Amino acid sequence: MADVKEDKVVDASGLSCPMPVVKAAKEMRGLAPGQILKIVATDHGSLADIPAWAEDTGNELLHTQTDGGQYVFLVRKGTS
Amino acid sequence: MIDVDLNEETIRRIVREEIEAAFKKDPATKKAAIIASKGTLDWAYPPLILASAAAAAGMETSIFFTFYGLNIVHKDFEAKLKVSPVANPGMPMPLPMPDLVNALPGMQGMATMMMKSMFKKKNVATIKELLDVARESDVRLIACQMTMDVFGFTKDDFIAGVEFGGAAAFLSQARRAHVTLFI
Repeated sequence: MADVKEDKVVDASGLSCPMPVVKAAKEMRGLAPGQILKIVATDHGSLADIPAWAEDTGNELLHTQTDGGQYVFLVRKGTS
Repeated sequence: MIDVDLNEETIRRIVREEIEAAFKKDPATKKAAIIASKGTLDWAYPPLILASAAAAAGMETSIFFTFYGLNIVHKDFEAKLKVSPVANPGMPMPLPMPDLVNALPGMQGMATMMMKSMFKKKNVATIKELLDVARESDVRLIACQMTMDVFGFTKDDFIAGVEFGGAAAFLSQARRAHVTLFI
């Protein structure tokens, strides 16, 4: 996924459920369809929560990366 | 005549796609109606967390606060929301305590402090932060008028943004929502 460049980064490191999803949703509102949001989280639950949230909001999860205790997600904003 | 191979796998796929398409069109998948009926610190979390997550997922969300749940949206929620160690065998204690000890003065305060420090250590949002998130993300906070009257609360006793309603107001939301929870 080296060719994918995010348009905005939201850092939810250190925050617990539900804050990674809350922060991601807030930032996503400011993006246009097709733009990419990078979400960084350390909450283990976000591994399940971010993909579920992305699907429910009509956005596309492009990539998930686990780096030590850190999770990085790339989500493309959908048209709906 | 078009020759279509309708084997079982194809039929299953078509049905799955049709169900998924219908699901997306169903407005009730975009609504959540939650009842918060408990007035302790530990039980204040689930309705606020679920409502915030639902709003983040684009759902129109409302929480109906009734009976002791009114504590959560009371102006004095910081003081009112406590953890009771009595009859709470799930409460993690430094050492096992019988209820006779748990009932002693000061134990409730200790359990409350313990939970607050555990949550802080794990960076869990505070009730105040979750109430702010809920209001910022347009979660409707509805206080039950009947239990307010019984407990002697007035509208001025509650935090800004709280609406007031009864059972019919909740049901009107709930009948249009697939997600309805009683907490």
